[in-house]
Amino acid sequence: MAAVAPLPSGRVLACDGNEAAALAVALARVDMVAVYPITPQSSLVEYLAKFIADGRLQAELVDAEGEHSVLSVLQGAALAGARTFTATSGPGLAFMFEPYLRTPGMRLPIVMSIVTRDTLTPQCVWGGHQDAMSVREAGWVQMYCETVQEVLDTTIIAYRVAEQRDVMLPVNVCHDGNYLSYGTARIELPEQDAVDTFLGAPDVNWHAALDPDRPMAVDPLTGGPAGAGPATFVRYRRGQCAGMHRALDAIRDAHREWARLTGRNHAPLIERYRMEDAECAIVTLGSMTGAAKDAVDEARAAGRRVGLVKVKTFRPFPATDVADALCKLRSFGVVDRSVDFAWNCGPLYREVVTALQGGTRTATSQSFIGGLAGADLTVEHFQRVIETVGQMREVAGPRDTVWLDAQE
Amino acid sequence: MYEIRFHGRGGQGTVLAATILAAAIIDEGKFSVAIPSFGFERRGAPVAAYLRIDTREIRRMTNIYHPDCIVCIDPTVSRTVDIFGGLSSAATLVQTTDKPIGALDLPAAVTTVGLCNAVAIALKLFGRAITNTIMLGAFARTTGQVSLEALERALLGSEFRDAGLEQNMRALRCGYEETAVHHVQRKAAA
Repeated sequence: MAAVAPLPSGRVLACDGNEAAALAVALARVDMVAVYPITPQSSLVEYLAKFIADGRLQAELVDAEGEHSVLSVLQGAALAGARTFTATSGPGLAFMFEPYLRTPGMRLPIVMSIVTRDTLTPQCVWGGHQDAMSVREAGWVQMYCETVQEVLDTTIIAYRVAEQRDVMLPVNVCHDGNYLSYGTARIELPEQDAVDTFLGAPDVNWHAALDPDRPMAVDPLTGGPAGAGPATFVRYRRGQCAGMHRALDAIRDAHREWARLTGRNHAPLIERYRMEDAECAIVTLGSMTGAAKDAVDEARAAGRRVGLVKVKTFRPFPATDVADALCKLRSFGVVDRSVDFAWNCGPLYREVVTALQGGTRTATSQSFIGGLAGADLTVEHFQRVIETVGQMREVAGPRDTVWLDAQE
Repeated sequence: MYEIRFHGRGGQGTVLAATILAAAIIDEGKFSVAIPSFGFERRGAPVAAYLRIDTREIRRMTNIYHPDCIVCIDPTVSRTVDIFGGLSSAATLVQTTDKPIGALDLPAAVTTVGLCNAVAIALKLFGRAITNTIMLGAFARTTGQVSLEALERALLGSEFRDAGLEQNMRALRCGYEETAVHHVQRKAAA
């Protein structure tokens, strides 16, 4: 899709999610962008290449030979103190896996968009959360966006979270392939001054550096069966877990500060929509949420006591907030745009059920899977979800997953 | 909310037309969301794009199944695609064609028709049948949902791969001026 440049009407413009992400990266004044185009991410890095070529972004661009190199390039750049960015999708993320695993352990605050795409196989180029979900235990922070505006804002917020000194972790900003990558909507572009104030100067390699003035061994062999190895390895691992846990507060604080600067108040961890006096709820992730909210409004207008909980931050998982939002309900349904193969349900569903385990009262719940491989998740789908969840009564044992697009 | 479905063929700029229209509507202070259909569209293959207009924020990021308006920027794509599928009642059709309205086979749900010989205009202006900006002019003339001036401002902010800005500005105005709008009177069903 060709670019639609900012209209001459000030700070409001029309753009798609890929351009919004690229604009955010330019506003964050990154130093290094490494790219390998892949559908549906390609236009995002093409916008960035254009911004750099046009002088709108003063950054180095590396057009690498593959995603493994892309992330390796960024690791080197981050160790040299650069603020960095890349984006990928599906098979590109798979090819990136080795440096992807290494990045959080090295505590490098790299920001990477995952323009989500369903995974092979069957052969598929369309949207779905399966790629991002497949790397959910690798140690990256992961936030999912609902709107084009949220893509822009969250990409900027990601740098503040990543570079916070007691976090120091890479962040994935996930936006839905197709529906957000190519969906055009109205956005408000923040002022450069506001972004500069919000992010400050890059603070990337104070702890680990490729710097002749501070020679150090970066990522030396650590661990083994005896001596100081096991305890040293545990210290690194525990530190990483602690940083991940502290990211919950960092994400909350960063969203609050962003709202103060821009007036745009995105829910940082979870959003509770019409949950006051709700008896049942649907739980959503990503761009499906808009249609789900419309369906909730219709059900409310018909007198149904139904609400919605949107999970924005998936890693770290905001278990306390999720449990608090859902524990008093009679029933809820979780709609996933991906599959948990081991449990034959959606991965968000499994997380939500796990979050509720400590509570005294557990609502009846159901996993729904839809929107795979580019399929549309419509208001009608969510009407069905609300209907099913509203009729659910307490029954022992697990409920079979509902596949919203199945033809039985 | 006003819902539009665009039909065309790969290479005509169907998706870009929806994007430009969204930009124009947003420029006028309203809300709009445009979403293309997805696939490996090749030159000549049927393409669709969806666009919503509202005075308040549009939350659903979904395709459109019951459009208020069809904008068909190719004269023959209706042979392979059911462009009238799911049409709302009292719907609008904006169609490129060289035929008079009496020669068109229109479903009962269509009550307003804007006809524009966009292919002929495009061949004259571009030397090729790129009809997207011409049909945006036809859409503005037929529906009044967007002003010609807002479309012109949106074109200024767009990039064109196959033709220059000046040609596209002329194409937009030609489309607007050379569209005939018909209001179809239908007898009530017995």
